[in-house]
Amino acid sequence: MTDKPTMIAFQDVQKYYGDYHALRGITAEIRAGEFFSLLGPSGCGKTTLLRTIAGFEGISSGAVMIDGRNMAGVPANQRPTNMVFQSYAIFPHLTVAENVGFGLRKAGLSKAEMASRVGDALEMVGLKGFGDREAHALSGGQRQRVALARALILKPKVLLLDEPLSALDKKMREQMQVELIRLQRQVGITFILVTHDQEEALVMSDRIAVMFEGEIAQLADPETLYRRPNSRRVADFIGTMNFLPAQIIGESGDTVEVEAQGFGRLVLNAEQAPGGTSGEGAVVGFRPETLTILFEGQTASDRESMAVIEEVVYYGDMTYYDVKLAGSDAAIRISMRNVFGRPVLEIGDETRVAWSPGALVLFR
Amino acid sequence: MGAESRWSKWRQSEGANGLLMVSPTAIYAILMLAAPLGTIFLYSFLTDGYLEIIRQFTVANYVEAWTNELYRSVMIRSLGVAMTVTFVTVILAFPVAYFVSFHVEASKKSLWLFLITIPFWTSYLIRVFLWKVILGYNGVVNSGLIGLGIIDQPLDFILYNVNSVVITLAHAYAPFAILPIFVALEKIDRSLLEAGQDLGETKFRTFLRVTLPLAMPGVIASVLIVFIPTIGDYVTPQLVGGPEGRMVANLIQLQYLKLDNYPLGSAIAVSAMAIVTLVSLAFIGLNRRYLKGPK
Repeated sequence: MTDKPTMIAFQDVQKYYGDYHALRGITAEIRAGEFFSLLGPSGCGKTTLLRTIAGFEGISSGAVMIDGRNMAGVPANQRPTNMVFQSYAIFPHLTVAENVGFGLRKAGLSKAEMASRVGDALEMVGLKGFGDREAHALSGGQRQRVALARALILKPKVLLLDEPLSALDKKMREQMQVELIRLQRQVGITFILVTHDQEEALVMSDRIAVMFEGEIAQLADPETLYRRPNSRRVADFIGTMNFLPAQIIGESGDTVEVEAQGFGRLVLNAEQAPGGTSGEGAVVGFRPETLTILFEGQTASDRESMAVIEEVVYYGDMTYYDVKLAGSDAAIRISMRNVFGRPVLEIGDETRVAWSPGALVLFR
Repeated sequence: MGAESRWSKWRQSEGANGLLMVSPTAIYAILMLAAPLGTIFLYSFLTDGYLEIIRQFTVANYVEAWTNELYRSVMIRSLGVAMTVTFVTVILAFPVAYFVSFHVEASKKSLWLFLITIPFWTSYLIRVFLWKVILGYNGVVNSGLIGLGIIDQPLDFILYNVNSVVITLAHAYAPFAILPIFVALEKIDRSLLEAGQDLGETKFRTFLRVTLPLAMPGVIASVLIVFIPTIGDYVTPQLVGGPEGRMVANLIQLQYLKLDNYPLGSAIAVSAMAIVTLVSLAFIGLNRRYLKGPK
């Protein structure tokens, strides 16, 4: 991944709407052929940042470079980018084929060439034979495919996707996630996805930029983001994370020694102590699946603690247990995959819990 | 189950309730619209007996209305005036509607629409009279131009002819033309315009390929709203039209009130209505591809 050339570079991008500071010094690089996601809550500036690439939004200072070229003063219609809009923006007065072929007018193609390119594009998104349909007669999923075909037919260097899946139902969304990944591999161009759905970002992206309040809080691949979030805020936003209060006993070189509630005295390495603040004193964070409830006959491979079950949430394939570790009064969540023949524990049960110091992250 | 109980059952039904509620309006409409129209339609097939109407079926009135050179030329002039007024009004209304829809802040749009309706605060008759003052021989336009030394003889082609009728009607109907276009423009999803540019078109080409086709339902409504009433306008040609600006409504008035020929007047009126209907339907037919789809 790292040897791929840079496709988009943001250089200290600032954007003000009057007094409102929408983008606060964004500096980042997006590589060619990458599936990149801008992830954050609504109002964090992710859509604004996407629109500065498309050319719909000017910037107050800094630079947006696409393929080495500064985009200052380049209007949207001359940028090597195409966009799939949140509303899909399908032209209601045109047929599917006319929508898909909209951007080809300037290519000066013959009718037959045009029809064949439109046909190819429709086939690529799984809408073969839909060309003559009226655009307004399409379902949400079909509209999105038309929007994709319409953008990809122009062979842009970058495809911008503004929350493209948010209007679809869950099943359709999951299906389209897989299809988008397949499509991106097939065409090999840079995809930039804006989403507020962390799961979607994790599933689809090569790298993710998590944004809060106009700033990039962390830019990393999905696994790093999930396992080693650099601040409590990022940790909270991506998936579920448990937090227990901790006290820093001492630091020496690359390691930090802490006394964490329920876990006791531990030594964490530098990677586990990214220095991100928690806002309310030091805490250790860990994902629900990094703890395991031990059943009879099982032994911990690393550490083991006692715990009391406070709440049981049964999901079919999974059971979520809210437990209190011995020596701690904060409930933490443990997720367990259900295995045939193994009982689901009940509230009030005492159990042994296996855990590993390597799964903990410290936020000061 | 006798007729009695069916009646009382019907009276409690939703249908009866609905009929009861619309009946005041329906009765009013039947008495004031349908009945007079029916009467005129009947008259047009009766024979004129100078001061009385002979109850004898004839199509002679229609033959006269369609073959007499004078009536035909007035009808053609009315059509021409109405089409010119419609064209001028809609062409001038579109930029106004576009400006209010696309360039006025959302919070100020209703203020702008309110300002556009200000001409309605004065009666139609007074507005027509005002144009007489503005366009007259010693009117505002002429004395202004003479005062500025641009002309030395008053312009006489601006009053008491077809031109003054067109100017006056175009002004009177401007708000009617602006509002439907404004509504159609407001309904356009703004991301469609961004999509047009994103797909490589300039703002102007996007306007031609996206905005204009999507605004067409509003333009069509404007055309009909202006065309239909202007072709039958009576006051404006009467006051500012002069002899060469007479239109079909003036002719009908002449037949009814001056010549006392109700059957011929009715035949001309029914013919005019038929022409308006045909022209309007033809216009809608020509533009039907813009009117399809869910509303």
